[in-house]
Amino acid sequence: MNILVCVKHVPDTEAAVKIAADGKSIQTQDVNFVLNPYDEYAVEEALRLREARGGEVTLLSAGPEEAKKSLRTGLAMGADKAVHLVCAHRHDTLTLARALAAAAGQIPFDLILCGKQAVDDDEAQLGVMLAEALSLPSVSAIVKLEVLDGKAVARREVESGLEVVETSLPAVFTAQKGLNDPRYPSLKGIMMAKQKKIEEIACAQSDSQVEILDLAYPKSRSGGKIVGQGAAAVPELVRLLHEEAKVL
Amino acid sequence: MKVLVFAEQREGEFRKAALEACGAGRRLAEGGELVGVVIGRGASAAAPKLAAYGPDRILTVEHPQLELYSTEGYTTALEAAIKQEQPDAVLIAGTATGRDLGPRLGARLGVPVLADVINLSWNEGKLAAVRPIYAGKLHLSVRSQAQPGVATTRPKAFPAGAPDPGRQAQISPLEVELAPDAIRARVTQMHSEAEGTIELTEADIVVSGGRGLKSHENFKLLEELARTLGAAVGASRAAVDSGWRTHGDQVGQTGKVVSPTLYIACGISGAIQHLAGMTSSKVIVAINKDPEAPIFKIADYGIVGDVFEVVPALTEAIKAMK
Repeated sequence: MNILVCVKHVPDTEAAVKIAADGKSIQTQDVNFVLNPYDEYAVEEALRLREARGGEVTLLSAGPEEAKKSLRTGLAMGADKAVHLVCAHRHDTLTLARALAAAAGQIPFDLILCGKQAVDDDEAQLGVMLAEALSLPSVSAIVKLEVLDGKAVARREVESGLEVVETSLPAVFTAQKGLNDPRYPSLKGIMMAKQKKIEEIACAQSDSQVEILDLAYPKSRSGGKIVGQGAAAVPELVRLLHEEAKVL
Repeated sequence: MKVLVFAEQREGEFRKAALEACGAGRRLAEGGELVGVVIGRGASAAAPKLAAYGPDRILTVEHPQLELYSTEGYTTALEAAIKQEQPDAVLIAGTATGRDLGPRLGARLGVPVLADVINLSWNEGKLAAVRPIYAGKLHLSVRSQAQPGVATTRPKAFPAGAPDPGRQAQISPLEVELAPDAIRARVTQMHSEAEGTIELTEADIVVSGGRGLKSHENFKLLEELARTLGAAVGASRAAVDSGWRTHGDQVGQTGKVVSPTLYIACGISGAIQHLAGMTSSKVIVAINKDPEAPIFKIADYGIVGDVFEVVPALTEAIKAMK
């Protein structure tokens, strides 16, 4: 079973992101970039499927030169191959999904896994858009995946419950936290990943259909008051919530 | 301007977030027309209830293949409504369903989707929106260059508006053609959480616990406080990664982003990825034994103390108040 996994190189969630001088992007110096956390679940699930059923796991990432670092992370986890769609400029997500779909056409796959969302732009749209661009079914935000002959059964998280979704294959699945516990790359894996060649595909230049007007910090909260120490402060807290904040 | 809203319902009940999207659509339409689209089992029975929330017209779609939600089936139904109506904007509430449907619809129509927006406006005749990125660390203002402009709206970011029972809407069915094999991914079962569980992203009050709770069992203290307040229980990444709560309860950058009226953080130090998920709450209360914890820098009210003493005292005080 051949599996294609789409991954993205993003700032670490612990990073304090700052607006760059252009007012429309973030400062990237001194920011630690990592393999998108949701993509780690996608890579792990692909590796487990390969271990159970054979085949190959190919990683695909669109982005600037630095995106290769996250491809190396995925290779170190155990992926077989990596393809880098080299694009330095920004795309809207639909354009990107179509570019990835075109690249996916060159790679044999039985199913595609993506992270549920990238923790930078938080759109949570790429996987489903990719499925539509490839005319494939999709199941988003999955926490369980079982592959059977020619079909798969996935569980997806919805408000206050889970949906069990059955789909034909090939299909696109997007991984939610809870799908698995991603492995850490082994030392041997890291050494082997360094040796592997990452195939490059050029990305076509196109205008974004989404124009960025502005990037701003949300209204900052100022620290409020310390009401007091220990359980003795509770009556005053309740009074403030009731009379001042009017939320009780 | 003409605005079309997908009004999500299940078994005849509209989702709160769908009513909020209706409210957002009413304002965005300005003096123009607002069209609601209701799909699935119970759609035509539910439609009259939607009229009070602002649509001028409501289209209902019922089909044996559309009884339950499916990405492909609902996309085809909504696409048919859009082709018929030719709206300037399409709004979908950003629920689990909406966040699945929106990108599929956008890709089907060949237009981008402004995802998870908290503000909507017109900019030179195009749909513009503000969307939180990096889990709310920054706010990005964007404009769709495409027609129609499509957006998914974040739950609780827009007021639903008070229902006006006097409002009338013209309700009409929309016929949709679906081949027997048009839907390849289908819901075969639903597992609902226990009755009375309040969804984190929809809750007015959230009580969250972190590393300071020390164990799975200790979350009972928070559950009791939550029951007293009618609140949902959340958790920090530390608590989830320790196996004390399921990931569905996680608040923060790799969990849910919440903006309740009141957020009570118990034994949570305030890591940046957690703060990202809850700083848009209206009022924040922090209970932590470390007076230097970063959570106090953003909390409106803080108590420095042991959660195992303060939380039960708070539960009792609120019970006494009621």
